[in-house]
Amino acid sequence: MNALTENFDLLLKGFVETIKLLLASGALAMVVGIFVAVARVAPVPILRGVGTTYVTLFRNTPLLVLILITYYGLPEIGIDFGFFIMVTLAMGLYTAAFVAEAIRAGVNGIQTGQVEAARSIGMPFNLTMTQVVLPQAFRFVVPPLASVFIALTKNTSLAAAFGIAEATFRMRGLLNEYATERIAIFFGIALGYVIIVEVISFGAHLFERRWAVKR
Amino acid sequence: MSAILFDAPGPRARRRHLLMGIATVLGIIAVFGAVIWKLWSEDQFTAEKWEPFVTPNIVELLLEGLVSTLQAALIAIIGAVIFGLVFGAAKLSDHRVIRWPAWLVVEFFRAVPLLLLIIFIWAFQGSQAGVIMPLVLGLILYNGSVLAEVFRAGINAVPPGQAEAAYALGMRKSQVMTIVLIPQAVKIMLPAIISQCIVALKDTSLGYAIVAPGLTGAGREIWRTFENRLATALVLAAIYILLNLTLSWLAEKAQKRIGTKRIELVGGIVQGQPGGTSSNMGAL
Repeated sequence: MNALTENFDLLLKGFVETIKLLLASGALAMVVGIFVAVARVAPVPILRGVGTTYVTLFRNTPLLVLILITYYGLPEIGIDFGFFIMVTLAMGLYTAAFVAEAIRAGVNGIQTGQVEAARSIGMPFNLTMTQVVLPQAFRFVVPPLASVFIALTKNTSLAAAFGIAEATFRMRGLLNEYATERIAIFFGIALGYVIIVEVISFGAHLFERRWAVKR
Repeated sequence: MSAILFDAPGPRARRRHLLMGIATVLGIIAVFGAVIWKLWSEDQFTAEKWEPFVTPNIVELLLEGLVSTLQAALIAIIGAVIFGLVFGAAKLSDHRVIRWPAWLVVEFFRAVPLLLLIIFIWAFQGSQAGVIMPLVLGLILYNGSVLAEVFRAGINAVPPGQAEAAYALGMRKSQVMTIVLIPQAVKIMLPAIISQCIVALKDTSLGYAIVAPGLTGAGREIWRTFENRLATALVLAAIYILLNLTLSWLAEKAQKRIGTKRIELVGGIVQGQPGGTSSNMGAL
């Protein structure tokens, strides 16, 4: 256990970096994801096409390849905001496709009567969406969104392959330094991830209960 | 659903939609134009950036990478299905001694980042370059654990009358599981199983981090020689997209042929695998 206790502050720093990645790319994913989701149900066919294309492209590209594009590729043409932001960009845009799908599933889960009622009192598309559909969709969307963010937590480990000193990166260093304690190191860091994941699913649980629709 | 979000558009709405459509198209053209201009002004369209991808021995290098990627994916998927069947059934065992360890193993490997697992296995066997075993083993453990949950859900989704009828015929527990329940569960869960295959295929790209042979490894060799990172990364993305779309197209065909109804399990079972069950286009 020496490896873990002696390097506790290093590990903590690693997990802080992991959480920073998670929050930054999660925020980007939410913003882009909501836009894409709305585009996918919009009345303008071309907008729907754009939304579908976005989801298809970003969902079928491995995250690692996306990071290769933003991290190694874009700086080649003079677009470079530093390591952290370039990795965050790839993670955020990738996760946005999944956020969009989760929200769309939520929109589809709303009872059609709700939409029909909004339509029949004369609400146009934007009011129907903002006043009736989206507030309810967010409730239906909490469990799948939580899954998206749990997956994102695990995906932040990919940043280790690009020199960002987050938890997985720290593990690689420790594994080389303390060859005899590899199993303890692995389980210790895995535990850190499990804690983050549990916090997210607990939070989702609370939200779900608070926003539960009484029927 | 989207059909009832708005009425059939009247003349004014149609005009507005047309305008918005035109605005979108103009926006897309503007974005593409900006991208192309940027690429042009940074000399990305020169022959030396793209020529490697029509040079025979570089294409061969990429094909070799593709073959090892597909091999890794195939072995990983077969292993994961076996792992998933064993642990999925074990989680439903009547014996606590079997059920609890199985639960622990499945939960653990689902919660741990795949790359962490792969790097650990890789370090454990000496951090050599060019071995694919850590990648395959990591993929088996992770995807197998996800599939274990999928199979468990599938077995539970088989109508209870099936098992009861089998018991009434005098079948043993193991026979009920292997002859009656698992075949039907696999059929029910086919879409989820196939989307997990796409996940496994995408995750083979992680071989990059442990210098394993594969598409991403081949890509690294190419841009080390030709200094064309953007072009190489874009080619890799195109290859993966093509592979995944082919796989989802096959999945759709298989599904139509078998004609099972889809089961939506959003949130409940396949935690950590958004989109994994609700669609078969590939999950996170």
